[in-house]
Amino acid sequence: MNVVLAGVAAGSAAGFLRRYEAIRDRLPGDPQPRARAAASLERHGLPQRSAEAWKYTDLRRLWEGRFGEADASFDASALLRRVLDRAGLAFDGEEALPRLVFVDGTLSAGLSRLPQGCDCSGFGGIDVDAPVAHPMMALNAMLARDGAVIRVPAGLDACGLLLVTLGTGTVGAHLHHRVVLEEGARLSLLEVASGEGDYLNEGVFAFEVGRGAHVSHVRLQQDAPGALSFSTVRAHLAERSAYDGFNLALGAALARHEVHATLAGPNAIVHVNGAQLLADSQVADLTSVIAHDAPGCNSRQTVKNVLTGRARGVFQGRIVVARVAQKTDGYQMNQALLLSEQAEIDTKPELEIYADDVKCSHGATAGALDEEQLFYMRSRGVPLVEARAILVRAFLDDALALVEDETARAVLDRAVAAWWEGRSA
Amino acid sequence: MSAFLSIAGLHASIDDNGTRKPILNGVDLDVPAGEVHAIMGPNGSGKSTLSYVLAGREDYEVTAGTALFKGEDLLAMEPDARAAAGVFLAFQAPVELPGVNNANFLRTAVNAVRRARGEAEMDSMQFLKAARAQARALSMPEDLLKRNVNVGFSGGEKKRNEVLQMALLGPSLAILDETDSGLDIDALRIVAEGVKALRSPSFSALVITHHQRLLDYLVPDRVHVMARGRILRSGGPELAHQLEAQGYAGFLAEAA
Ligand SMILES: Nc1ncnc2c1ncn2[C@@H]1O[C@H](COP(=O)(O)OP(=O)(O)OP(=O)(O)O)[C@@H](O)[C@H]1O
Ligand SMILES: [Mg+2]
Repeated sequence: MNVVLAGVAAGSAAGFLRRYEAIRDRLPGDPQPRARAAASLERHGLPQRSAEAWKYTDLRRLWEGRFGEADASFDASALLRRVLDRAGLAFDGEEALPRLVFVDGTLSAGLSRLPQGCDCSGFGGIDVDAPVAHPMMALNAMLARDGAVIRVPAGLDACGLLLVTLGTGTVGAHLHHRVVLEEGARLSLLEVASGEGDYLNEGVFAFEVGRGAHVSHVRLQQDAPGALSFSTVRAHLAERSAYDGFNLALGAALARHEVHATLAGPNAIVHVNGAQLLADSQVADLTSVIAHDAPGCNSRQTVKNVLTGRARGVFQGRIVVARVAQKTDGYQMNQALLLSEQAEIDTKPELEIYADDVKCSHGATAGALDEEQLFYMRSRGVPLVEARAILVRAFLDDALALVEDETARAVLDRAVAAWWEGRSA
Repeated sequence: MSAFLSIAGLHASIDDNGTRKPILNGVDLDVPAGEVHAIMGPNGSGKSTLSYVLAGREDYEVTAGTALFKGEDLLAMEPDARAAAGVFLAFQAPVELPGVNNANFLRTAVNAVRRARGEAEMDSMQFLKAARAQARALSMPEDLLKRNVNVGFSGGEKKRNEVLQMALLGPSLAILDETDSGLDIDALRIVAEGVKALRSPSFSALVITHHQRLLDYLVPDRVHVMARGRILRSGGPELAHQLEAQGYAGFLAEAA
């Protein structure tokens, strides 16, 4: 008997399942969660747009499952140099940050510079209880063969760590990262995703943030124009801890950054901020599910979209406030600057509130550049192109200003400026 | 002699929800080099519209007439080219630019104009020095330079900021659209000094105002009365006194 499930396409994960069959014996760690993930994908396939969570982001480009294995002999040092150079980061010497570099889904020990203090042990496999109901988490659990495993000991400030993922050709890369911060620890993670080709860059992050610990996770998603880019973050926050995330999406043909945060202890803080700067027919999606499971927690989201051509930005933000989560403070704002007639923004806020003493607000705006502001600037001699650039930068300002780590903010500022120059050239 | 600014038969209209609404109905006005002219007139008579049309605001459609500036067709130029050519408009309602730092914006504007005029750009040290000196001369608190353009500025602070921009951009034609409105008495004098400081044989000003006081400081060469989109009457400074005493009713009746 055929069971037809709403919102899923039977057989759409076939390409990935074939790949799994071919490599399963060589995958590290416990085979158990991988088999569960495969069974789930076999049964459900990948979601279609009739699935509520994927209403605005069409995964059909992923169905083909055309992604292949990496060429192990590929030397990515020139590519890495270009990517760091473009980001304004040093490749070597005193100024180079400690870094973990993944090329086509595998750690490149030669290109990495291991950080001191925090423990970066090798990838040990997928957790037994890895969730597989989510399609990306399932793909990841099934196929990931590498990833960063970072543990910051109690009380230590591990400072900055750079995580670079490079994709090439038509390789399908699946990385599974685990980041654990013990009590009172701090870490500032700057992630740069980039590459060349029509590859798939898919990654899952599991953050375990201990009591009073603080992690900053700033992403620069600058994947190649033909690439598909997915990152799925799970963050579990203990009492008084903080996950401070910022995702700048500039690249890829289709991208989705998804954050599932659980505020499990009182007075924890989560930020899911971001900016999506898109042109041509790019699609980028920022989706968040924030569970307030403890009292006095704070969640904040400021997301800005600058859209030109036929680009489409998506923001879905769901906040679930449990009955116990009194004194919750939730804020969500999604704004779009539409620079062309065909650009589109899709916004879906969802508030589910079961506690009575909470403060939750959400808002969305969409509009073009203000003609009056443009005229004012031009009447002071500023040429139109420059006036537009200033207004676009100003629009992004209150989002970018939320990035506290100075190195990370400089990287984002530079990327935004280069993006705009590339558009108006 | 071709005047410095020469406006003839200027008609302009705006698209008001699909219907074309005429606002300027044949403005004739000459401002020779080195002179200060005042425009007065009732609310809604088209004074701001005239200033916007001269500065190049695109939502007003010029349907007839000409405006020559130093012999060039002003109406054919982009707004930023007009600024480079020396036109400066101090807005009646200065526009707020959230997220744009005032000093950075000023420097961008000054350097854009200098570039267009073939002059060397100012580096940030040079610029800050010049901007601070001007701000002091206008009794402007220095922190206004660090804030976002006009955001949260008081009415008077916005007007002073307009004058600061004018002083730094060094125009040869300044159009001041009610720059005196909302200014306290000291500021009014300071603004007047700001305009006077620019006075030279190659600088002219068109001062739109509702009040005699600014004109007492500036002493215009000519005063024009605008109503229903036209200049109804022109005269010497005494015309302003006459208006102050009698109001517009007599002029409007006379012209009807
Ligand atoms: N964008 C617009 N849409 C519709 N009507 C407009 C527009 N701009 C100006 N007008 C109208 O044109 C007329 C002239 O306006 P303008 O602002 O030029 O007057 P003004 O002489 O500067 O008045 P005030 O002394 O009050 O500043 C007014 O009736 C005004 O309502
Ligand atoms: Mg006016």
